[in-house]
Amino acid sequence: MRHVISILMENEAGALSRVAGLFSARGYNIEALTVAPTEDPSMSRMTLVTRGNEEIVEQIKKQLNKLIDVIKLQDLSDGPHIERELMMVKLRVVKHDREELKRLADIFRGNIVDVTETSYVVELTGSGDKLDAFLATVPEGQIVEVVRSGPSGIARGAKGLGV
Amino acid sequence: MELSGAEILIQSLIDEGVEYVFGYPGGAVLHIYDALVAQGQVKHILVRHEQGATHAADGYARSTGKPGVVLVTSGPGATNAVTGIATAYMDSIPMVVITGQVPTPVIGSDAFQEVDTVGITRPCVKHNFLVKDVNRLAETLRKAFYIATTGRPGPVVVDIPKDVVDPNVKIPYEYPKEIRMRSYNPVKKGHPGQIKKAADLLVGARRPMIYSGGGVVLGDGAEELVDLVRGLGYPITSTLMGLGAYPAGDRQFLGMLGMHGTYEANMAMHECDVLLAVGARFDDRVTGKIEQFCPSATIIHIDIDPASIAKTVRVDVPIVGPVKSVLKDLNKALRGLGRKPDAEALEAWWEQIGRWRAMECLRYDRTGSRIKPQFAVETLYQVTGGDCYVTSDVGQHQMWTAQYFKFEQPRRWINSGGLGTMGFGLPAAMGVQIAHPDELVVCVSGEASIQMCPQELATCKQFDLPIKVMLLNNGYMGMVRQWQELFYDGRYAHSYVDALPDFVRLAESYGHVGLRVERPEDLEGALREAFAMKDRLVFLDVIVDPEENVYPMIGMGKGHHEMYLPPERELA
Repeated sequence: MRHVISILMENEAGALSRVAGLFSARGYNIEALTVAPTEDPSMSRMTLVTRGNEEIVEQIKKQLNKLIDVIKLQDLSDGPHIERELMMVKLRVVKHDREELKRLADIFRGNIVDVTETSYVVELTGSGDKLDAFLATVPEGQIVEVVRSGPSGIARGAKGLGV
Repeated sequence: MELSGAEILIQSLIDEGVEYVFGYPGGAVLHIYDALVAQGQVKHILVRHEQGATHAADGYARSTGKPGVVLVTSGPGATNAVTGIATAYMDSIPMVVITGQVPTPVIGSDAFQEVDTVGITRPCVKHNFLVKDVNRLAETLRKAFYIATTGRPGPVVVDIPKDVVDPNVKIPYEYPKEIRMRSYNPVKKGHPGQIKKAADLLVGARRPMIYSGGGVVLGDGAEELVDLVRGLGYPITSTLMGLGAYPAGDRQFLGMLGMHGTYEANMAMHECDVLLAVGARFDDRVTGKIEQFCPSATIIHIDIDPASIAKTVRVDVPIVGPVKSVLKDLNKALRGLGRKPDAEALEAWWEQIGRWRAMECLRYDRTGSRIKPQFAVETLYQVTGGDCYVTSDVGQHQMWTAQYFKFEQPRRWINSGGLGTMGFGLPAAMGVQIAHPDELVVCVSGEASIQMCPQELATCKQFDLPIKVMLLNNGYMGMVRQWQELFYDGRYAHSYVDALPDFVRLAESYGHVGLRVERPEDLEGALREAFAMKDRLVFLDVIVDPEENVYPMIGMGKGHHEMYLPPERELA
């Protein structure tokens, strides 16, 4: 099963590689990983997506908690939560496609953030499914490149993950 | 007080109560060594290879419970130390390893003797630090000792670039008294509800079994364990790492369990209905085939490390906490129950265990003219009365020592269990002897293992360490040969150690005493002679039966109930 784990950790050099190293050393799988400092610059917040049966995910959480730099951890999949991912897609657009692709971006509430005579860069935010759906609707051969951030997650409700 | 980085490092060690540092100098740590010799409190033990430094610090830590401290240079100094760091990590040994690093401005430029020490050691340390600012040095060292010695202990590496310990840059020094880390708070007490549940289960057991591990030794829980086991009257077995926590001569002790454990211990594991695991981690050498592990048992597991619980085997009652306090609470809870175990069921269980015991799985042939390795260990036990520290290397001799030497006290049996590091025994014995100068320290080794760190014989000479080495010399990498005999149709691929040195002369060339023993009737006398030389290292080259195997044995992929006994005996 897919799990989205939110990790609050010390913003120390090497903290990210401790997490990544743990996954490769123990043979766990990382589907996506995002990390950036929080409002308190001494802490980073990481969202990690992994897959595994309950025993494996339990072990992953225990092993992550064991890392000295990890302050707190929450399995967002345990409750209602929100996931958002940012994607930027560079599309090859020549004359007769321009209108159609603009409309498509609008339907998905995307923004066109760069324009040339032969290209658009579309910026899209949403769940991974929505981003997949957008890519599936773009006519074949028009995608030049895709960059995705991997999901960031937060639990619904008033409670927060903090120290 | 204004001090340089190098002085801060040394003063921090003093403030931490460190008595000994095991190390080897080099370019990146010259400033530190200069500060080290300028003071008289921290003593430095110069090894002959950095692996020896880590094993010696490890032996010091295992035998005292205090953290071992290592000081090595950058690059090869650090990489040579890695085997010893990994050894300590696998067995949860508290250790602080200080590694020199190239100056911060050249880090990342492939400078002379530069390696990414933090990167290389990351998977085999509890934590590591790269100190880039002298102002953070004292605090980082305080953290390193705190992390190494609390919770589930382990090695911590502190990598210090040369410019951080510059003797010309002085800053005010104060060693932090307390340390608080928001991201690291080891559990101090077990959950009372879980402990109550465990007490209920234990007292209601009809075929109980207690399985104790290295955590009981490391967590100083031996006394509480003995209280528990005696109070209940239940059988107990131990892992390789846990030997000595419960006195091996006691009737309730069934011997070691696992791959080379006793028949009675493994059968009792297989048949038990309630299993209490204390400070053990269900290692593959212990469990055998996981699907067949304790098939009818409800399992209680006490461990300081939540990640050790339910890692490989499902657990019914997990208790996270330090073994000492949890066992204390559990003993209290058991007394508070006002209930006793079912005497009839327990008697029937002990009768069953008695039948397994009657197989005498550790009996061996004593009639031949060659020295049997089992006989050598038994003789060592008899001559010392068990009153000594025993270190070992890895392989057959290690298993025979675990099987035939009856450890009565914790911290007396020093060996590399998790990583299985050949070359561990001699340097580890140095650390033990330094910590216990007036005690007898015996290193039981093999002719293959000893050749992985023989250079430390020079260290032993320099520091007058009167270790007694008992080499069980069978001319083979015995355990490898045994597996090749049993599982590879006797094709001995590279397991014969050809071109062996003359160990007697080797010992003598380092200024020690060497003795060779070839006949069973000479062994006791030779051991007594060696032990009488209280101020000398004596190297006993004991020529043993070359093709003896370690039995009993659980083969690859087999369960506890599928043991091999020695060939001449059939299972009941």
